[in-house]
Amino acid sequence: MPHQSKRTKQSEPGAQATGHSADKCRMSNIECRLPDSILPFDNRQSTIDNSLLSAIWQALGSVTDPEIPVVNVIEMGMIAGVRIEADGVVIDVTPTFVGCPALDVIRENIRAAVSAVTPAHVTVNVVFDPPWTSERISETGRKKLKAFGLAPPTGQRSVGAMPTLERTPCPYCDSEDTDLESIFGPTLCRSIHYCRSCLQSFEHFKTV
Amino acid sequence: MSRTIDNFESLTAVVKQAVVSLLYRLADDELIIGHRNSEWTGHGPILEADIAFSSMAQDEMGHAQAYYQLLHQLGEPDPDTLAFGRKPREFRCASLVCLPKGDWGFSVLRQFLYDASETVRLTALGDSSLVPLAQLADKLHGEEKYHLMHGRSWVLRLGHATDDSHQKMQSALDYAYPHALGLFEPTECDEPLAQAGISPREEELKRQWESAVAPVLADAGLTVPEGAKPLYGGRVGRHPDALKELLDGMQLVYNIDPTAKW
Repeated sequence: MPHQSKRTKQSEPGAQATGHSADKCRMSNIECRLPDSILPFDNRQSTIDNSLLSAIWQALGSVTDPEIPVVNVIEMGMIAGVRIEADGVVIDVTPTFVGCPALDVIRENIRAAVSAVTPAHVTVNVVFDPPWTSERISETGRKKLKAFGLAPPTGQRSVGAMPTLERTPCPYCDSEDTDLESIFGPTLCRSIHYCRSCLQSFEHFKTV
Repeated sequence: MSRTIDNFESLTAVVKQAVVSLLYRLADDELIIGHRNSEWTGHGPILEADIAFSSMAQDEMGHAQAYYQLLHQLGEPDPDTLAFGRKPREFRCASLVCLPKGDWGFSVLRQFLYDASETVRLTALGDSSLVPLAQLADKLHGEEKYHLMHGRSWVLRLGHATDDSHQKMQSALDYAYPHALGLFEPTECDEPLAQAGISPREEELKRQWESAVAPVLADAGLTVPEGAKPLYGGRVGRHPDALKELLDGMQLVYNIDPTAKW
């Protein structure tokens, strides 16, 4: 789904580090997908735009999934693009699970958080380019999930192969002596496991 | 290799019509099986089974909505109108997904046959020349794998558990198999879609599906009914009465006031 506008400025955190041109970023969101720890600064853009982009990314850092309130949407890898266009600010969100009932709440929370830092019109799009995979969760995000008692996604996503759910490491004691109890859990993104070592059940964010 | 089609705007009229038809079939299958799944919410034989079908219902409804959204981009009505504002004959789902939920054995077997077909289809559509469809298919495929895992494990378990469970699963298979073959009902869109590299022909997908389900059914000790004839009609709007009953319930509240804001 192409995003076209007469005047498009696109940013991802740290995009400047690779020296991608703005044009290249516009053609493909994937090419400027980068880790989430750095706030954007692009010396090809005006100072006003840069300070707005920085404020937008900071605002996004305050939005969390209501069902996992410890990890923000940047750490979850859900932000596919932020652009300042002639008629407002556009945020592209790539959903974790397509049927996630929290998605509308997250979109609204993003719109509200970004609207608090700019009077411009804020549009929050749902995109599948790039498709969200569990590999998009940042290292910080993974640590926070684990501390929350939710075992982070394991392994690599492989298109052909079936996912592995056996021996998922326990988020409490790190033991791999664990059993899969149920492929589905309290939310559709989670499975339920039991740790034979510390004798606790735990949930796991599935690899997709 | 076919040329890549980056967006819907560059489709020719014939191919665009074929894509619309394909999306209706994909979306309606998902919506209706999703609704059938939701009928187990609060009624599953064990808590985990209940949760699994409820989660899958949410997934399938979400997938249907994503397909309806693509249809909306192609000029069709918005997703809510498509789901709640159409008559049974306007739906393009296969009969397999319309059938009542039956007993637990039938539900898990139907789910397995359906999820295997989705896996085959989404794998193929992941390589589609039509980029927006390929991206969505790739995304959905990652989620659907868990459904297939679930269905397969139940089919294997119940196929061998007791004589009674085995017999129920075999009857479920005898009943469901011709309907499952109907998932691959050929349509006039097959050729334009195949030639544009958007989707393989239904016949080809059916062959892949048969070789995917056969070994699992054999492992479960179940026999594929010999000479089963596909039950067609769903893709042209001819459905079992069960669809009307389902839609009467599903669309009831919406139809009291289609303009209501929620």
